[in-house]
Amino acid sequence: MQLTAPFDAPVAFALGPVAITWPVIHALLCSLLLVGLGIGLSARVATERAGRLGTSVEAVVDLLRAELDQVMQTNSRPFLPLLGGLFLFIATANLMGLVPGLGAPTAHLETAIALGLTVFGSVHVLGVRRRGWRDYLRSFGHPRWWMLPLNLLSELTRTLSLILRLFGNVMSGEFVIAIVLSLAGFLVPVPLMALEALLGLIQAYIFTILAAVFIGGAIGTIEKG
Amino acid sequence: MSIEMISILAAALAVSFGAIGPALAEGRAVAAALDAIARQPDAANTISRTLFVGLAMIETTAIYCLVIALLVLFANPFVG
Repeated sequence: MQLTAPFDAPVAFALGPVAITWPVIHALLCSLLLVGLGIGLSARVATERAGRLGTSVEAVVDLLRAELDQVMQTNSRPFLPLLGGLFLFIATANLMGLVPGLGAPTAHLETAIALGLTVFGSVHVLGVRRRGWRDYLRSFGHPRWWMLPLNLLSELTRTLSLILRLFGNVMSGEFVIAIVLSLAGFLVPVPLMALEALLGLIQAYIFTILAAVFIGGAIGTIEKG
Repeated sequence: MSIEMISILAAALAVSFGAIGPALAEGRAVAAALDAIARQPDAANTISRTLFVGLAMIETTAIYCLVIALLVLFANPFVG
């Protein structure tokens, strides 16, 4: 965790003309960790020999599913791979910022943009798939037809705010810790890091819930927000 | 004043004044949510979930100010 300008990512190495930055490596590490954990536990979960880790995974999935069911007011099982994956990835990525030697990939704008565009794309794809072209397009003129420009604008601004919220929160947390560390020194930023661990989980939760609200609005189970 | 000095002042003003509105708004939101939970403890789950999402929405305005301040400080288009 070093004090660098928040908008440029430190380059790790160059792969021909493509520069591979550290946030990319951290994001890949995070994915590998989650995928490895998933593959390793998938055979044992929901059996008699789930063990301690397997049971905690079951508890997390159950909790996520119950929460998403309530938010979307429908069966959230078809969307659980996307939304649960988002939650686990963002939570792990945010907590990676607290590990010495690693950094939170979500504290860089590129990762947040990628996650936000994933949500933006899947909202429309799922909406069209669930309701059909005509019905989905008609939902943009929902209360009255002249609301169409506002509805289109809100699609863009809510994605922008989703991206900036995640990036701004995680980046500002890391930045404050780095500044306090450089001003006050060793062990002083520990309470701030505890706060950052809590905030990282809350941001992951909020991102997932908002994605669920957007998807619920697109498939028509809840009011568009 | 050089453009760098103006940028630093602008960043400080953006964050300090940009934090006032969301702070007041979040205080009101939390107060209303606590009031609602005190009246109806059964609905605490729904209320706190809505509260979190609402707080995130309010907080975004402060984050916008922060992003503008950081843009002005670290990625200023007017500084060569």
